[in-house]
Amino acid sequence: MDGSTMSRGLLRVLTCGSVDDGKSTLIGRLLYDSQMIMEDTLAAITRDSRKHGTVGEEVDLALLVDGLEAERQQGITIDVAYRFFTTPRRSFIVADCPGHEQYTRNMATGASNSELAIILVDARKGLLTQTRRHSYICSLLGIRHVVLAVNKIDLVNFDQQVFDRIVGEYATFAAGFGFHTMVPIPVSGRFGDNVSTRSGNTPWYRGETLLEHLESVSVEEELTQIPFRFPVQWVNRPNQDFRGFSGTVASGAVAVGENIVVAASGVSSHVTRILGPAGDQERASAGESITICLADEVDVARGDVLAPIADRPAVADQFAAHLLWMDEEAMLPGRQYMMRVGNVWTSASVTSIKHRVDVATLDHQSATRLSLNEIGLCNLSTAQRVAMDPYAQNRLTGAFILVDRFTNRTAGCGMINFALRRATNVHHEHFLVDKAARATALRQKPMLLWFTGLSGSGKSTVAKLVEQALHRAGRHTYSLDGDNLRHGLNRDLGFTDQDRVENIRRVGEVAKLMVDAGLIVLASFISPFRAERQMVREMLGEREFLEVFVDTPIEICMQRDVKGLYAKAKRGEIANFTGVTSPYEPPEAADLVLDGSGPAADALAQQVLDMIERRMADG
Amino acid sequence: MQPVQTHSLSPHLRRLEAEGIAIIRETAASFRNPVLLYSIGKDSSVVLHLAMKAFAPGRIPFPLLHIATGWDFRDMLEFRDRRAAELGARLIVHTNPDGLARGIGPLTHGSQVHMDVMGTQALKQALDIGGYDAALGGARRDEEKARAKERVFSHRAPGHVWEPRGQRPELWGLYNTRIAPGETMRVFPISNWTEFDVWDYIAAEQIPVVPLYFAAERPVLRRGGALIMRDDDRMPLNEGEQIENMWVRFRTMGDWPLTGAHESRAQTMEEVLEELRLSRVSERHGRLIDNDQEASMERKKREGYF
Ligand SMILES: Nc1nc2c(ncn2[C@@H]2O[C@H](COP(=O)(O)OP(=O)(O)OP(=O)(O)O)[C@@H](O)[C@H]2O)c(=O)[nH]1
Ligand SMILES: [Mg+2]
Repeated sequence: MDGSTMSRGLLRVLTCGSVDDGKSTLIGRLLYDSQMIMEDTLAAITRDSRKHGTVGEEVDLALLVDGLEAERQQGITIDVAYRFFTTPRRSFIVADCPGHEQYTRNMATGASNSELAIILVDARKGLLTQTRRHSYICSLLGIRHVVLAVNKIDLVNFDQQVFDRIVGEYATFAAGFGFHTMVPIPVSGRFGDNVSTRSGNTPWYRGETLLEHLESVSVEEELTQIPFRFPVQWVNRPNQDFRGFSGTVASGAVAVGENIVVAASGVSSHVTRILGPAGDQERASAGESITICLADEVDVARGDVLAPIADRPAVADQFAAHLLWMDEEAMLPGRQYMMRVGNVWTSASVTSIKHRVDVATLDHQSATRLSLNEIGLCNLSTAQRVAMDPYAQNRLTGAFILVDRFTNRTAGCGMINFALRRATNVHHEHFLVDKAARATALRQKPMLLWFTGLSGSGKSTVAKLVEQALHRAGRHTYSLDGDNLRHGLNRDLGFTDQDRVENIRRVGEVAKLMVDAGLIVLASFISPFRAERQMVREMLGEREFLEVFVDTPIEICMQRDVKGLYAKAKRGEIANFTGVTSPYEPPEAADLVLDGSGPAADALAQQVLDMIERRMADG
Repeated sequence: MQPVQTHSLSPHLRRLEAEGIAIIRETAASFRNPVLLYSIGKDSSVVLHLAMKAFAPGRIPFPLLHIATGWDFRDMLEFRDRRAAELGARLIVHTNPDGLARGIGPLTHGSQVHMDVMGTQALKQALDIGGYDAALGGARRDEEKARAKERVFSHRAPGHVWEPRGQRPELWGLYNTRIAPGETMRVFPISNWTEFDVWDYIAAEQIPVVPLYFAAERPVLRRGGALIMRDDDRMPLNEGEQIENMWVRFRTMGDWPLTGAHESRAQTMEEVLEELRLSRVSERHGRLIDNDQEASMERKKREGYF
């Protein structure tokens, strides 16, 4: 191993292409040829090759990177392997990515941190859908340099015509991808042709070997030339005398004495000190982890972005972005996710999908959802205004991830195109007669009681009894249920997952207006998804939202089958019927759980009334 | 305490340093109750050094945790206590009390049982007792093939289980730090460092490390192709074995009966770096526990090993 000085800086590379095109083998070959493989490691993979290898008696170089048991057993790559290697001229981080479509998210992980992509094509197979998908993802994620490695050239008799045809086809496909360099090389990862030494088998090829190209290509991205951005990560306040803002400079540079502004609040100050890893320093630029002290006691917290006064990021709560979906559960417009942009976590939802991109043809299609591995151009809206730049201008302040609120899986990633103006111009009207005034006039505390449960669980029955009792006690109430909304406001909605989400969103908005009017609202909806019930909870706020779970076992609901719906669903006459052909996610922390299998309905209603009384009494 | 003044680092090391500091700050900012797993080796010494820089001029806002197995080199324990005192850090030491009571050890029970009970189980106990939701550690991707696959913020399901096939995508520096109750996170700030980077940095920053990393004349015996330094008399000699005084040093730290030394004259940082440049065997070669079975590291990690 050698860590001596390099003429060119670090290069971050990923491999991509379809399954079995030879990515891992090629990386294994690069590592092997540059003598990065230690003797004991080589002995181990020689042994393993006999057990798992795909190349008969020879050493299977892919085993150098396919490190998981499942990968070795199946002979495929599942997750990214990060390998580091150094030649006398340069050091490299290589992310060897899986080709299998199921693991596209892991390929995107590799691409987000790379500057150059080696796109492999099996010479026998030519361009495949995965080749196209990966190339498009590379382009979206801002990779500007690619190598088109036409691999397994040994298996097509080192035929120049095959090579030329694939290169021509690829050049046409990738013409609009904004790649600054696209270098085609005929290689054999297995036998080493044109990997680190020029091959005698391809006399017609006069270009560089793969390694020569990787060592010499310039990918200089002038992160220091674009405006200063500093997402605050941590407020360092060890004692009364010191208050600094720690983080990593995302782009540009800053120096002691310069003026900066807190993007979201617009408050400005100037830099009095910069602390780096080795103590005080005069200036700092992109990539440095530092702590900044300001002249004034301005309000700055984790998530804020410091920027130059003259060159600020957009601050918005609506924006357009390309979204790559990475979760088994499809993205539904209107559903709330947690979004991370910079160091801010906020809730966010897609308000509309402008189009979905067919990765094979790059055609735009209309779509009502994004499923696993699909890519679409979407409008999003966030709960909080956040600082952002277009991804094309700044990879670090223009990227975000979406996280599922319940599983916490990273469900999607996005690249911001532009902030939408609309949001900044709509101001909320403040009326003199407000909710508090109306509530006082009605002598009650407005709230929303949300009854959720299976069809036939008894939601409406209990809600009706509760409403009658409240009415008798002089309360002002209103009931919302499928019957009075599906026929009017929600007439255009069906029962697909995305329609159910939209149905609940509208109900939530209507209920919110009614609570604002001072009413006690009783809403009875199956509302099968936790995400949407949570969305309504957040619309109303904890104090005014009470979730009542009418917990009746499905067997009992089926027996009752008041409307004959279960029978129809079982005969297949109703699609997407909750509990039969569509899931129900029970609440994890309902404010009240009613046992719908035993007690009579008026006993259940009494439990609800007791809860309302308690809520009226406190605060 | 103020960080040591560096004599100019290479751009490569500066980049790694900045990344490590950012990851450590992210951990402190995102978790309720983080802890730094301090194994006393060179890697966790680097992480500790980065943590000091991350929060200067303040102190490190979380404790250090050492899992003592009862078979640690005496030099390591002495070094640990001295460093913790110098830095004024909060140090927690945990040993698996059940294992101790049952007298579990590598010589009597074999390396697998010993490492599982005194290493993995002990770590899980300590994390549960402390209620830690994030554990920072010094693992590197270049160490081993399963580690090469692991995320920087590596999610652990309840019971500290790693699910290598269901890892969260980790894009840009936008780490997903969200966990549900009962789940935890392992965090690896020096994921992208190589062994060489670590020594290069230790040399440049003059970070103190355990003396065992440097060559000295030590009492060793040959067993199973390895040079074992007998650190106390719990290890009986087999027929034909004898203690020799040899010039050796260690490339990794672990329990002394399970850690092989190699012959070396490298007594200074420069000599260690020079030796590494020429080395043709990997760092883990000297560990007597990793080659127990193919894919053993992945299996241990799935069960909660660091
Ligand atoms: N003849 C020949 N075979 C090759 C070459 N490159 C790879 N192979 C073989 O193709 C098969 C698949 O290679 P891998 O390197 O595992 O392919 P991969 O692209 O990494 O596959 P995934 O990561 O699972 O998508 C193995 O049997 C390799 O030995 C080559 O240049 N020539
Ligand atoms: Mg592969």
